[in-house]
Amino acid sequence: MVDVPYDGITGIPPAEVPEVELYHPKSWWTRYVFSQDAKVIAIQYSLTASAIGLVALVLSWLMRLQLGFPGTFSFIDANQYLQFITMHGMIMVIYLLTALFLGGFGNYLIPLMVGARDMVFPYVNMLSYWIYLLAVLVLASTFFVPGGPTGAGWTLYPPQAILSGTPGQDWGIILMMSSLILFIIGFTMGGLNYVVTVLQARTRGMTLMRLPLTVWGIFTATVMALLAFPALFVASVMLLLDRLLGTSFFMPSLVEMGTLSKYGGGSPLLFQHLFWFFGHPEVYIVALPAFGIVSDLISTHARKNIFGYRMMVWAIVAIGALSFIVWAHHMYVSGMFPQFGYFFATTTLIIAIPTAIKVYNWVLTLWRGDIHLRVPMLFALGFIITFVNGGLTGLFLGNVVVDVPLSDTMFVVAHFHMVMGVAPIMVVLGAIYHWYPKVTGRMLNDVLGKFHFWVTFLGAYLIFFPMHYLGLLGVPRRYFELGDTSFIPPSAHSLNAFISVVALTVGFSQMVFLFNLAWSLFKGEASGGNPWQATTLEWQTPETPPGHGNWGKELPVVYRWAYDYSVPGAAEDFIPQNQPPRATQLVQGAAS
Amino acid sequence: MSAIILFLAVLAVIAGWWLSQQRLTAKPWLEEGPIGDFPGGDAMTWPAAKVGLGVFLAVASVLFVLFISAYSMRMDVADWRALPVPRLLWFNTGVLVLSSVALQWSYVAARRDDAEGVMIGLLAGGAAAVIFLGGQLLAWQQLGAAGYFVASNPANSFFYLLTAVHGLHLTGGLVALGRTTTKMWRGAGIADMRLSVELCAIYWHFLLLVWLVLLGLLTGWTDDFVNICRQLLS
Repeated sequence: MVDVPYDGITGIPPAEVPEVELYHPKSWWTRYVFSQDAKVIAIQYSLTASAIGLVALVLSWLMRLQLGFPGTFSFIDANQYLQFITMHGMIMVIYLLTALFLGGFGNYLIPLMVGARDMVFPYVNMLSYWIYLLAVLVLASTFFVPGGPTGAGWTLYPPQAILSGTPGQDWGIILMMSSLILFIIGFTMGGLNYVVTVLQARTRGMTLMRLPLTVWGIFTATVMALLAFPALFVASVMLLLDRLLGTSFFMPSLVEMGTLSKYGGGSPLLFQHLFWFFGHPEVYIVALPAFGIVSDLISTHARKNIFGYRMMVWAIVAIGALSFIVWAHHMYVSGMFPQFGYFFATTTLIIAIPTAIKVYNWVLTLWRGDIHLRVPMLFALGFIITFVNGGLTGLFLGNVVVDVPLSDTMFVVAHFHMVMGVAPIMVVLGAIYHWYPKVTGRMLNDVLGKFHFWVTFLGAYLIFFPMHYLGLLGVPRRYFELGDTSFIPPSAHSLNAFISVVALTVGFSQMVFLFNLAWSLFKGEASGGNPWQATTLEWQTPETPPGHGNWGKELPVVYRWAYDYSVPGAAEDFIPQNQPPRATQLVQGAAS
Repeated sequence: MSAIILFLAVLAVIAGWWLSQQRLTAKPWLEEGPIGDFPGGDAMTWPAAKVGLGVFLAVASVLFVLFISAYSMRMDVADWRALPVPRLLWFNTGVLVLSSVALQWSYVAARRDDAEGVMIGLLAGGAAAVIFLGGQLLAWQQLGAAGYFVASNPANSFFYLLTAVHGLHLTGGLVALGRTTTKMWRGAGIADMRLSVELCAIYWHFLLLVWLVLLGLLTGWTDDFVNICRQLLS
């Protein structure tokens, strides 16, 4: 903590920071590997998350191969299929999206956007990444242990998660729980940093209401994650004890393989409550950073101030608070007290109000804007459409009577992939196209980018739209094969084959994106410091990529909010946050 | 889950109070100008480490309250057999109180610039905390010897789990306390150490409070209260 680059006693960052106070890397190792610089940690987080995310992408191909062409691929059996869906879900939700939005974008953007030199606890921040990496390695190791990874489904419901018959019962489930526990410890370290940096390290003039919405989104999501992940921690620890020590926190008495098991009296429902007490906020932990980032992308590329900034901030806070009292809408068919369902249906529908406010505001920001259809903007627009689609099916599933017949069908799969799979990934991709020039100093290739967008966007619709229809037919999720079932027509099978072909195509098109990332790093057009002519502080750094300590000798001073685009009478169509007020106003200020 | 909902409501009130101080109704698009013109939006005047500890304590509280929630839900099932609380726990509780008092002493001494007092307080607090942890292990051993194993009843499982989680938090605290003591030992200026000592004391008081709540739960004193809470929300 002695390395905190400002006066820790008063908490007010001085205008100039003496060089000695900054933490300085002394060797190649501490500069690029065991780095305490938030920007390096952000890149480490992003690369690790992307690497494990690619594993999950490959798993989805394997699942689609099986679903589209059952019986064709002898190397996929039913147990493996269950392992694939489990690992795919777990990796995508936690190890990719959460880590990428908070550890990746959070680390990179928070200090730059609030005008700080670094996170407030750089050492803890570094530890956070290394523990995250360890969690990922433990998770990945389950592919190589005897019995393979767990196949309990990403929700890991007991009793089946730890009983024989579920693949990965030996090592898979134990390592899964251990990995989650590590992830949560690592995340808590990072999360403390993000929250305290936003609270304490904002530069002079950066009031909360001048923060870009990206920071608001990441900040609120971090607070939520800090409060929600302990529930997963508690559930994981207790399930681990049930598995290892034979306690009966969650395990009821049951007959396993013909013999009465040692367990008795535990409550599987208790696990579900704990899991979803984490699980539902988790949806918004992923969504809120996406909301924030997309607001900034839209405003910048439509050259217009964000519509209803205050309402956007309030909506983020309201969604964050409400998301803690909706969890049991995942449990309508779990056997909990049925009347609970109506309470949770009500809160679920109420949360649609602030969410809808945000959608209206994005659309109204676009209204009569000077829209530049550059790649980040395309992805932002793709996000709005996808999110609305996924949100509307959420209204179906939020109602108890509609949810009951649709539970555990492909409709649910289509819904959550639209709303928290495709939509946030659209934002991730848009954000990478948007901030890549700041991170590397070079632009990503535009033609490849547009190709990547259209294949991904149209492909995602071709994959997930038909799944709603399959779900309405009653095609169940998580099934290895459908077999001959009277209510599933042959057309459903050909639709499945179609979805698989598209899924593989979209998957491979991501390789174009990876190529673009690597190629542009060396051959991309030089971007300059502010290629999008954006107002927020990260584009005003003296160097691009930003140097160690971000700001050179003096921290920026903020004079205005983050959305001064197309201000009438201004010389350019954007005014950076750190640009002093016009001379006339300065004179007025001096006179008064 | 009523305990955690009530606790989050308390946190929400605190967060809401803080947000209400932040001029969330400001119209930032009209407020162009240098700092100072628009009061109430600057960073807090607390040191970052103290805010960090505050946030961490909130997270740790959520963790313990979630365990308590699980405890109160699992308690309802018929197979629950409360276990006798070892007498040793009363001794341990006393030692933990002493530990907390010693660190408070240390903090008061730090404010008076009394380096020797700080050192005595830190060492006494640390020693008492180690004795507490040893006592907890001894209590485990006594329970095990009496046949109350971790898996034989959910009440036992929760006893071992809750004491272990509390003990681990205290162990983490000892690491920080050890670092502070070492720096003090090497002759760091008392002005530089005041904050560290204060943070250690705050963390110790927090863990004492958690322990008292857990003790109430494990001894069954709070059963009536838990029942009332449960009826509130069902």
